[in-house]
Amino acid sequence: MIRFENVGLRYGLGPEILRDISFDLPSGSFQFLSGPSGAGKTTLLKLLFMSLKPTRGLINVFGKDRARVTRQELPLLRRRIGIVFQDFRLLDHMSTFDNVALPLRVRGREEASYRQDVAELLKWVGLGDRMHVLPPVLSGGEKQRVAIARALIEQPEILLADEPTGNVDPPLARRLLRLFIEMNRLGTAVVIATHDLNLMEQVDARRMILSDGRLDIYD
Amino acid sequence: MTDVPADISRIHASRRSRRGPSPIIPPQSVSGQSLVLVIAIMTFLSCLTLGAVTMIRDTAAVWQTQISREATIQIKPIEGLDMDTALGTAASIVSGFSGVTGTRIVDEQATARLLEPWLGSSIDFEQLPIPRLVIVTVDRSNPPDFEAIRASLAPEIPSATLDDHRTWVDRLVAMARSMVMIGVSVLALMLTATVLTVVFATRGAMSGAGHIIDVLHFVGAEAGFIAVQFRRHFLMTGAKGAVAGGIAAVATFIAFSWWSSMNMATPGGDQAAALFGNFAIGTSGYTGVAFVVVAIAVITALTSHLTVVAYLTDIDSRQPDGG
Repeated sequence: MIRFENVGLRYGLGPEILRDISFDLPSGSFQFLSGPSGAGKTTLLKLLFMSLKPTRGLINVFGKDRARVTRQELPLLRRRIGIVFQDFRLLDHMSTFDNVALPLRVRGREEASYRQDVAELLKWVGLGDRMHVLPPVLSGGEKQRVAIARALIEQPEILLADEPTGNVDPPLARRLLRLFIEMNRLGTAVVIATHDLNLMEQVDARRMILSDGRLDIYD
Repeated sequence: MTDVPADISRIHASRRSRRGPSPIIPPQSVSGQSLVLVIAIMTFLSCLTLGAVTMIRDTAAVWQTQISREATIQIKPIEGLDMDTALGTAASIVSGFSGVTGTRIVDEQATARLLEPWLGSSIDFEQLPIPRLVIVTVDRSNPPDFEAIRASLAPEIPSATLDDHRTWVDRLVAMARSMVMIGVSVLALMLTATVLTVVFATRGAMSGAGHIIDVLHFVGAEAGFIAVQFRRHFLMTGAKGAVAGGIAAVATFIAFSWWSSMNMATPGGDQAAALFGNFAIGTSGYTGVAFVVVAIAVITALTSHLTVVAYLTDIDSRQPDGG
């Protein structure tokens, strides 16, 4: 589904942040992306999400060469990827419901056609009673779940989550992890960037460890 | 976890059921309100300038038309001249020329009224050498040969002189053209300042919207969709400000027009009317105001569109440059 071959990335004229990164992300796979702070986890997620271009190497996303993807094709490819940002990136003037429904609205769907789906997903992530609340009054964990619901609403082929448990207590972290596992069972490939070892120990999944700009994979 | 009181949820729920989905761009913000105010002020000033230029142009045209439509024959009383006969002769000579549409002898009473401010109310025409006038109305599209009229008058009435107001008309035309040119230059500067102010104010108002564009971009919105959202929002913002400014300008013109009509019979009002006409900007003025309002709303929308497109281009072509 997504393939990296000898990908390297440097900021400006500085040293390479990522060096010779090669891996495959198969459909329906589940993996943790880990490594010390500043190892380049977020940068690698940005490369996966096509919001950064590599300085060298080949990235193939859904059968397309990243270097040849046009500006018009980018949104269509991104719709197949769900992303959960570390800082949530919710729109504060929109309700929980509208934030989750945003990916559907931008595709031109009428509210009547998705109202039920969004409500069910919000109930599924435990936010059925927070549906019409604005993000500023939500807790960190609730915001995190809204961001996850927004990433999942379109049933993406792959879900990228950047430190999804970074702002929550261990019980909620376990709850969120179960949510990701459930999504994975339904067929979505999952990449969770985290440095939370406790979280990783709870699932027997592939581990991608970034260190000194290199990636080691433990299947 | 923060517990949100149930009544807040209910309030939001009831709002939702009334309004439908929240707008993607927040409807009101401090920068948005400032933008409306800036646009309203600049539109008001632009419309005032446009109205003033329209009024100057129309008034200048009226001056030229009225003055060049008439000529005056002045007959000075000299020894042995029968003034009444001379006036009649002059009128009949002039009437024979093509391009003359009418003549009118200014009678003694009218002449006395003209001279009353200087000579008082009891003027004795027998005692004072007071010149008399014949007003000649001319066809502007086919003016008579004034030199031929002078040549015909000279042998019959030696003390008669013909003033075709050419000097006055030439000076007025030159002055009117200068005023219109200055007005158009001021209008051009005003419109340029308005456009630049609106562009920078719109960009300023949009600077806080980067996170919205980012989020829309990352949830897979196409550039066209994002641009349409912002264009629609800023078209409404621009229209609000521009319509408010335009209405204020029209109200100002109507107020001046009303003041002018209320003071029509007073010396001040007559003086103002003589200089500026009746303070009405006419159909072309109101059309111009409507054009300015529409243009400013469109410029606001266009600026937001270009800003969004530039922002998206920057995101999509972003290279690992430290960001």
